[in-house]
Amino acid sequence: MSPTHYRRCFIGILEREALRFLQQRERFVAALVRPLVWLLIFAAGFRQVLGVSILPPYETYILYEVYITPGLIGMVQLFNGMQSSLSMVYDREMGSMKTLLISPLPRWFLLVSKLLAGTAVSILQVYTFLFVAFFFDIDAPWTGYLLLLPVLVVTGMMMGALGLLLSSAIRQLENFAGIMNFVIFPMFFLSTALYPLWRLQETSPFLARLADWNPFTHAVESIRFAMAGKINPESLGIVLSALLVFGALAVVGYNPARGTMARKAGGPA
Amino acid sequence: MDSLGLEIAGLTYDFGKGPVLKDVGFSVGPGRFAVLLGPNGAGKTTLISLITRLYDSRTGHIRVAGHDVKRQSGRALARIGVVFQQSTLDLDLTVRQNLNYHAALHGLGRAEAGERIEQELGRFEMLERAGEKVRSLNGGHRRRVEIARALLHRPDFLLLDEPTVGLDVPSRRAIVAHVHQLAREGGIAVLWATHLIDEIFDGDDVIVLHKGEIVAQGSVDEVNRAAGTAGIADSFDKLTGGARE
Repeated sequence: MSPTHYRRCFIGILEREALRFLQQRERFVAALVRPLVWLLIFAAGFRQVLGVSILPPYETYILYEVYITPGLIGMVQLFNGMQSSLSMVYDREMGSMKTLLISPLPRWFLLVSKLLAGTAVSILQVYTFLFVAFFFDIDAPWTGYLLLLPVLVVTGMMMGALGLLLSSAIRQLENFAGIMNFVIFPMFFLSTALYPLWRLQETSPFLARLADWNPFTHAVESIRFAMAGKINPESLGIVLSALLVFGALAVVGYNPARGTMARKAGGPA
Repeated sequence: MDSLGLEIAGLTYDFGKGPVLKDVGFSVGPGRFAVLLGPNGAGKTTLISLITRLYDSRTGHIRVAGHDVKRQSGRALARIGVVFQQSTLDLDLTVRQNLNYHAALHGLGRAEAGERIEQELGRFEMLERAGEKVRSLNGGHRRRVEIARALLHRPDFLLLDEPTVGLDVPSRRAIVAHVHQLAREGGIAVLWATHLIDEIFDGDDVIVLHKGEIVAQGSVDEVNRAAGTAGIADSFDKLTGGARE
């Protein structure tokens, strides 16, 4: 298979994802409204309740809205990652995932391409959210907007890879709803998206420890630092490691020899 | 060797609850239309999943156009055109967008893909529907689009898993006749999985699969002789213990 074949295949997968995204306007609106509700209603209500002290990367006191914005960006990517894997479970039930899997290029390449295409969609959602948020006084230095882009690629890929891994292990769409509850909510609430780690530490050191192990916490912190025009190498390293682990396990999950696909078929056809 | 469409030998597969396929072996040559006949649960879909490498076999081998599906999966998959039992088209995309996606997966360039899409849709009288969303097409037309799509990358071997399920009688007849013509005139090896006897033509090869085993194979006459009956419907009933629906 020539490099041209790889390039054409990747562009084809990217185009399909973009076309599907444009066809599903409700999905785009939902992806935008969800974080805006948190930002404009939840954050306004909790501004007085949840005081945030000066903590890195911030150099002064900040409004609660500013604090939760990176968490909400993480939420956009987390939902997108889970939604694209939801669509893969749906695709597999409906059969169109087969079109991808029976094409001639190596399966790891097909899955990584799909992951990158999903991440591109999530980045579009994030910048649209930030554009709207700008009119509500949530802004970042231009270096922050710029540095955010590569960080979003890594964080988006990590969450997409987790979704891909889950989709390889789930037999039916019905099971996915349960996984959403057991993955999205714990990941989101057990992180630094809505409150800093020291707040959680005061209440429960055990929960704070779990939050510190949560890769989503480190995705949020990577985004938070990037928006301030800085890099958090520790968090970014953890996100990259999680991406490699989730990605590798997902490729194994979709491998016909070792994966879960045949086992999930469960019996004779 | 390269001229062969499909070759399967000694294929056994199990999901851990006993074998689903037992020592399956047959071949389909270029220009031949082979019917994989078996009642529901015979193992047809498992066999198709193995040929397309959705599952991996541990014993036996499968070769497409001379390429081993396990060891040279890329080359083998590049030579297969597949129509699955369930539609695999994206309903929210247009016919042309679906075909463009498939062409990209197979590495075809824009211009070449455009030409072939015109050609294949024209062959199935679907060209004027190219800009419509798949959702707006009826079942018969969706099937035609899927077959056109499976032929876009010019495969040596076309695999169809019960492609007429859910279609009305005229659509079913038209598609069966069309694919027979494709094999005859295009020199493509075709494996057509079904449990419907009336989709078999006199000159076809027949492989009867029952409970994961091939119980008869050959021309229609050879299968009838092996079963000791006068017609393929009776042969099928006898060979599968009346399991036909």
